[in-house]
Amino acid sequence: MAIEYEPVIGLEVHCELKTATKLFCGCRTTFGNEANTQVCPLCLGLPGTLPVMNAKAVEFAVKIGHALNCIISKYSKMDRKNYYYPDLPKAYQISQYDKPLNYDGHLEITLKEGTKRIGITRAHLEEDAGKLVHAGGKAGRLDSSDYSLADYNRGGIPLVEIVSEPDLRSAEEAYAYLTELKSILLYIDVSDCNMEEGSLRCDANVSVRPKGQSQFGTKAEIKNMNSFRFAKQAIEYEIKRQIALLEKGERVIQESRLWDVTENKTKPMRSKEEAHDYRYFPEPDLVPIVLSADYVQKIKNSLPELPAAKRARFASKYGLTPYDAGVLTDEQELAHWFEEGAKHTKSPKGLANWMMGDMAAKMKEQKKELKDLKFDQKKLCELVDLVEAGTINSKQAKEVFAEMFDAGISPAEVVKSRGMAQVSDPKAIESAVDKVLAENPSVVADYKGGKQGVIGFLVGKVMQASQGKANPKLVNEVLKKKLDV
Amino acid sequence: MELYQKTLHEISTDLKTKKVSSVELTKTVMDHLEKVEPQVQAFITITREAALKQAAEADKRLSAGQDVTPLTGVPVAIKDLLCTKGVRTTCASKMLETFLPPYNATVVEKLYSMGAVSVGKTNMDEYAMGSSTETSYYKKTKNPWNLACVPGGSSGGSAASVSADQAFASLGSDTGGSIRQPAALCGIVGLKPTYGRVSRYGLIAFASSLDQIGPFGKDVEDCAIMMSAIAGHDPKDSTSADLPVPDYAVEAKKPVKGLKIGIPKEFFPDGLNKEVADAVKQAIEELKKQGAEIHEVSLPASPFALAAYYVLAPSEASSNLARYDGVRYGLRVPGENIMEMYSKTRAAGFGSEVKRRIMLGTYALSSGYYDAYYLKALKVRRLIKQDYDKAFEKVDVIATPTAPNPAFRFGEKTGDPLSMYLEDVFTVSINITGLPGLSVPCGLSKTGLPIGLQLIGKAFDESTLLRTAYAYEQATEWHKQKPSLREA
Repeated sequence: MAIEYEPVIGLEVHCELKTATKLFCGCRTTFGNEANTQVCPLCLGLPGTLPVMNAKAVEFAVKIGHALNCIISKYSKMDRKNYYYPDLPKAYQISQYDKPLNYDGHLEITLKEGTKRIGITRAHLEEDAGKLVHAGGKAGRLDSSDYSLADYNRGGIPLVEIVSEPDLRSAEEAYAYLTELKSILLYIDVSDCNMEEGSLRCDANVSVRPKGQSQFGTKAEIKNMNSFRFAKQAIEYEIKRQIALLEKGERVIQESRLWDVTENKTKPMRSKEEAHDYRYFPEPDLVPIVLSADYVQKIKNSLPELPAAKRARFASKYGLTPYDAGVLTDEQELAHWFEEGAKHTKSPKGLANWMMGDMAAKMKEQKKELKDLKFDQKKLCELVDLVEAGTINSKQAKEVFAEMFDAGISPAEVVKSRGMAQVSDPKAIESAVDKVLAENPSVVADYKGGKQGVIGFLVGKVMQASQGKANPKLVNEVLKKKLDV
Repeated sequence: MELYQKTLHEISTDLKTKKVSSVELTKTVMDHLEKVEPQVQAFITITREAALKQAAEADKRLSAGQDVTPLTGVPVAIKDLLCTKGVRTTCASKMLETFLPPYNATVVEKLYSMGAVSVGKTNMDEYAMGSSTETSYYKKTKNPWNLACVPGGSSGGSAASVSADQAFASLGSDTGGSIRQPAALCGIVGLKPTYGRVSRYGLIAFASSLDQIGPFGKDVEDCAIMMSAIAGHDPKDSTSADLPVPDYAVEAKKPVKGLKIGIPKEFFPDGLNKEVADAVKQAIEELKKQGAEIHEVSLPASPFALAAYYVLAPSEASSNLARYDGVRYGLRVPGENIMEMYSKTRAAGFGSEVKRRIMLGTYALSSGYYDAYYLKALKVRRLIKQDYDKAFEKVDVIATPTAPNPAFRFGEKTGDPLSMYLEDVFTVSINITGLPGLSVPCGLSKTGLPIGLQLIGKAFDESTLLRTAYAYEQATEWHKQKPSLREA
């Protein structure tokens, strides 16, 4: 009998904080500027320089702690993580070892089968390293290159490393975790979370074990996953790889592996690059971070409503499904757009449907963001209400929406200028129905003979006669009334 | 008496009263400096031209009578591990032979803003690791009292230059005794301030939790003037204390009557050099005569201080010195790949004592050894601190010998690192506790070598140290003795 395997996944996410200046000096943190233009003696590791803690970075880190339901340490300290690499000018990274700023937290992910709580081991503060560009050689690796160029603009930018518990059981869960985490970080406005620019980076610890076994299997650490999609693919691949090994009776080796985007597989890193004893010890150039209860509380009070809370509220207040609430609250801007719009319609659900349907599709297709839209919530609500009131039918509504989307014209105007208003006058419909019934006696006879399905044909005829303007619901009702007499 | 033989406070008065201009004075001092330098060898870099420019600027201030401070126009020397903008700062290492800092250390900036004139950068043990200045890559500084002897270390050049009248005062740094011991061996006054009293910004780190910059002076008042100049909070150094800085020269002159002085028996072990023991005991008698009360105190954890120090200091050093990798500045020896470049650069750039300490520290911090060494040393550190806290409940100042012996001869201890480390036996606990310590001359050996009295104070109470030393100095003549600049 084949053994069923269960994957165990933990994620380490590095999030660059969007402070104006670096963690320990006054250099700017702007992305994409010319190499080594945002550096000073400190970020170049010149002798005699001393780090000075950026208070804003501590504040942002505490925000993250709160948002992830962590315990915030009233007393924490910085430590030195010692290793040699040319992107690390001091040959040590100032990080946190045994007294992280935030620990023992959790976040909630939404899955098809419901929500699941994922533990956060710790979220600590540290500095980013510089960036190396390896010239020549193969595969952009340091060791085989002809020479390497170092850019220290990124060196010293504040990072928060968020380490999850090994609570994730599939690539989908990992993906949901990353999405939720990013959403939270964007909500609390502490990071750009731009994976392409490296302001959000992720490593995964993946292992598999026979289902039911409590002991963990041997894990591999996967690096170089530059997007959530790659992370999902890489984890999926790695799970399959490990299961295949075990099924062949082989062992999983504890190692770091890189996700190779071109080959769609994980590959082992050179083992030399990971054989580290970091020799952590307390950073003597900085004083411990001591936070008052008052300070910690103040930051907590400053937090906005977080995605999970907003989801729950949207579902109950606006009658949305958990899925719809999730889509609308994924990004704070979208949630805000919806909520502002909901004030202008009696059918928030209708608004939500438009936003997630035609609006989302067209925005994606035309690569537009909310700020690029030519219409506001009021106009979209106008459309929602026109449909709700039966003034136009859904087919017409699509046309009206397109016109509003492309040219910003208000739905009422479109309806008016195109003479689209749906005919809901019972008398007008009644006369149209009478006319159609008179013209189609055989169909009427069929109906009366028991073929009730032919009513669709008659509705179509009435609609045709009204050039599509008749309210189909009303037409249906009137027809039935007349036929069933 | 030659101008350069005067004390800083005397020459400061001469400058203010325009008896002499700073340019004249600086020329005289530079001439003397260069004349005796072949014997003393206190400097790695001499900056005559820059000094004369600074002197001319100082003269403008002096003649305008504006922004005149006790240091305006006064030639001083700076230890070569304090960064000086555009003036090479070598740390006495081959590694930094060509290093030109793009900025000034805060203390250097402070001296410059007061109008001081820098005559040059003084020799030291490589990266301040040593007690004799013999580990310098560049030269061996001689003890002005006997050129066959070491000046002490690591701030040997800073001590010797003041002793030999090459500068009126100087700056050094003290990680385990590197100001106090050379001050004692060269017969001058040296003060290691409380950890956090003086900004370390721009001090090339040896052991960050122990390093502290401090002054050397020809007498206590000079030391006090220098101390007032460099002390104070610096936003660039998170470990610097935000406390008011007293006028130490004023504080130093207050009487010592009723002051309680503690004598720790652990600092007078059997077998202590008799001349040293006698000179220190006599100095204590003198203070008693002036109205100070003498109490015996106990510092039972003291015997473990040296061992703890030689775990903590190398541990921090192993990390602090990791940045010298040949990538961005300093020496680079090319290699086939990055690892080879690292190892070749560091093999060529560091001397053997530096390498020894990097290895010691790397070992102590390694996984599996951390608890047994580094963590244990931190515990000892706390015990020693508790000892001092307890002692200072009873007394205001603790008096001990500064160094176990007067100056020793070149090569006498270089073959045996442990015997060299024992030079720090009376001084390291003060760095471990962060307390201030001062060495003041208290005698001469039969062979004419100076002996130092170490005074240890409460945290941030440099005033009481200076006051005690000043009272003692006023009653004695040791500080007025001048070295021979001869070999004996």
